Amino acid sequence: MIDSLNSAQIAALFALTPAIDQVGIHERIGRIQTRSIKGTAKLQGLRMALSMIDLTTLEGKDTLGKVRQLCFKAQHLHDQATGLPTVAAVCVYPTMVAEAKKALVSSNIKVASVSTAFPAGQAPFEVKKLDTLYAVDNGADEIDMVISRGRFLAGDYQFVYDEIAAIKALCGQARLKVIFETGELDTLDQIRKMSDLAIAAGADFIKTSTGKIQPAATFPVVLTMLGAIKDHFDKTGQMIGMKPAGGISSAKLALQHLLLVKEVLGEAWLTNEWYRFGASSLANDLLLQYQKQVTGKYQSATYFSID
Amino acid sequence: MMSENTWNLDPALESTAIVQLNTQYELYIDGKWQIPQSATYFPSVNPADESHLSQIAQANEADVDKAVKAARAAYQNVWSQLSGAERGKYLFRIARLMQEKSRELAVLETLDGGKPIRESRDIDIPLACNHFFYYAGWADKLEEAFPGQQMASLGVAAQITPWNFPLLMLAWKIAPALACGNTVVLKPAETTSLTALKFAEICQEAGLPAGVVNIVTGYGDTGAALVAHPDVDKIAFTGSTAVGKQIQRACIGTKKKLTLELGGKSANIILEDAPIDQAVEGVINAIFFNQGHVCCAGSRLFIQESIAHQVVEKLKFRLKSIYVGNPLDKNTDIGAINSKKQLETIHNYISVGLSEGAEMYQPDCKLPEKGYYCQPTLFLDVAQSSRIAQEEIFGPVLTVQTFRTIEEVIQKANNSPYGLAAGVWTANGARIFGLSSQLQAGVVWANTYNKFDPTSPFGGYKESGFGREGGRHGLSAYLQIKN
Repeated sequence: MIDSLNSAQIAALFALTPAIDQVGIHERIGRIQTRSIKGTAKLQGLRMALSMIDLTTLEGKDTLGKVRQLCFKAQHLHDQATGLPTVAAVCVYPTMVAEAKKALVSSNIKVASVSTAFPAGQAPFEVKKLDTLYAVDNGADEIDMVISRGRFLAGDYQFVYDEIAAIKALCGQARLKVIFETGELDTLDQIRKMSDLAIAAGADFIKTSTGKIQPAATFPVVLTMLGAIKDHFDKTGQMIGMKPAGGISSAKLALQHLLLVKEVLGEAWLTNEWYRFGASSLANDLLLQYQKQVTGKYQSATYFSID
Repeated sequence: MMSENTWNLDPALESTAIVQLNTQYELYIDGKWQIPQSATYFPSVNPADESHLSQIAQANEADVDKAVKAARAAYQNVWSQLSGAERGKYLFRIARLMQEKSRELAVLETLDGGKPIRESRDIDIPLACNHFFYYAGWADKLEEAFPGQQMASLGVAAQITPWNFPLLMLAWKIAPALACGNTVVLKPAETTSLTALKFAEICQEAGLPAGVVNIVTGYGDTGAALVAHPDVDKIAFTGSTAVGKQIQRACIGTKKKLTLELGGKSANIILEDAPIDQAVEGVINAIFFNQGHVCCAGSRLFIQESIAHQVVEKLKFRLKSIYVGNPLDKNTDIGAINSKKQLETIHNYISVGLSEGAEMYQPDCKLPEKGYYCQPTLFLDVAQSSRIAQEEIFGPVLTVQTFRTIEEVIQKANNSPYGLAAGVWTANGARIFGLSSQLQAGVVWANTYNKFDPTSPFGGYKESGFGREGGRHGLSAYLQIKN
């Protein structure tokens, strides 16, 4: 358990937060985007990306049946192909956790649950705690919480910090992912600040977005967050995970994100223990490209199941 | 959970099939390929693998004389008679042809000079095209460029370009010269003549009148003959300060106008409030762009004391993902050193640095067995009085010094005979203005480095040269006031 920070300590934390220069961020990304990922590196990258997916369904119309189907897909991405991994986790609402757990019982796939009144986070603190406890009690391995963006933008950092720390305390063995909803945080400087705050408050992963708001996991946002993870690691030796979510729907983008991780954090992060893609449609493009790489031919998208 | 931690990129070689290369190149004089009166040729070598690319004619005094005469005739009979709009048409046509052939030019630039294809494709060639487009636009607007003044062309311009940005430097020189109504004789550097010769083919294809552009290839003596020729009106040189001084001496007592763009030992300064990760990226770009063969390379890094350790650690880490190797590989960040001679110069400076007691850091990277390659190199704890901090190395070698106060860093940065460029990294706008007004440099970049644009004048203070290339200012180097 980490010692709780008071407001003076939070101010001291932010004093060490470096400025972020947007032009420089774009320049660094430009380097990554001109890299050519081909051949065996591409094949390995595609497999790696598949293994890092948090296969997600977060809709008001979700049903237990839909969740069961998603869990089947998570274990059987494309049985026509050999050598494929499974995804890392299935990500659902708290009410679906028990069903997902049951469906995945014989696999290594984790169940992640969103919580704290996802996606808006507009609920009383007590409700958020109950929300989290419900998911944990139902067996969630991972909790994806949202922060109170309004409080953060208003400068009430203590509130945001305390909230994260409290949810972390409720997680028990479950790993905590903290969702910033970067599309609402406005600037890269704010995103860097939020990264430092979430890491200090005990986040195991920092996550860009809910997927409900655009822009979401853009390269500048992800690079800014990776910078915070690197600085924390350099200072403490502690690894923090990264989860971009929302907007990464093509294999090409996913591979470039992985290269960004490799160059900015190092290869130690190239595993689903430390890196995840929050996505629903990414898996099929990865599969399509994987089969192209193996067979030399593009197959029709209809050959890949849409769950 | 599964882990597949090691992930290396496969080679991604750009094809060379697009390049049409002759086995031998003659001199391009008066719109024709002419056999050199010297009857000698020299080889052009690919520095990436030491393979032979082509044979190139070596111009002697008689050849240079022929070229200058052709340029003079073209100036008097054709080019000075054309309206600005007509000159502009030719320049636009050349620019478009260069753009059409940009892939071939990029691959050829990389083959001939060793620079990464990423740079020749994304920076050198597009910028060279843009210079022609930009000055094409000025050709019929010279009166607007200098309101209230009548401007006249100079005549025959002798232009000598360096090997670090062969086609780009050619564009910097030829585009404004032609736009202003001059004709040119250009001598490219001996190790990188091929894109200039390709450019001569483009001039032919564009139907440029004979003699307006002449390309004479050869070594330093060819350049010296060109500088010494009595019928040259203007000399524009980009290269080392030592040669620049020789040229300046040679021009004493002559009618020749001169612009020089020479060496540098530019300071890149990181203040403690800088955007640190982006500054680190900027440092990488400042010193390792084009293997450090850049006159304005940020070769002296000054880091404010309180963040020095952090910045150095970040630099070392960043160097792990710099790819050094075959310049034709699309993933290569640092390609081949331009020539064996230059590699020896760099190695010599590295041993000087070691013998001076500076701490050296080079990342673990395997260099190709053939070809001229140099690892990116940091020297830490470098003294201001150290030779590696004073002399231009022109390679991927960075010296790192720390400072405590802004006053101190300004003094140290200005404590150099050079004054080409500088970089300042800080999130504080007032400090940017404060520093940039006090740094003695022709270009100061703030929170970025090595940014070039045809609209922006470029040139140095002190022994980094005089005159400006680029922008409206670049026109004045090829014009004289006539009221």
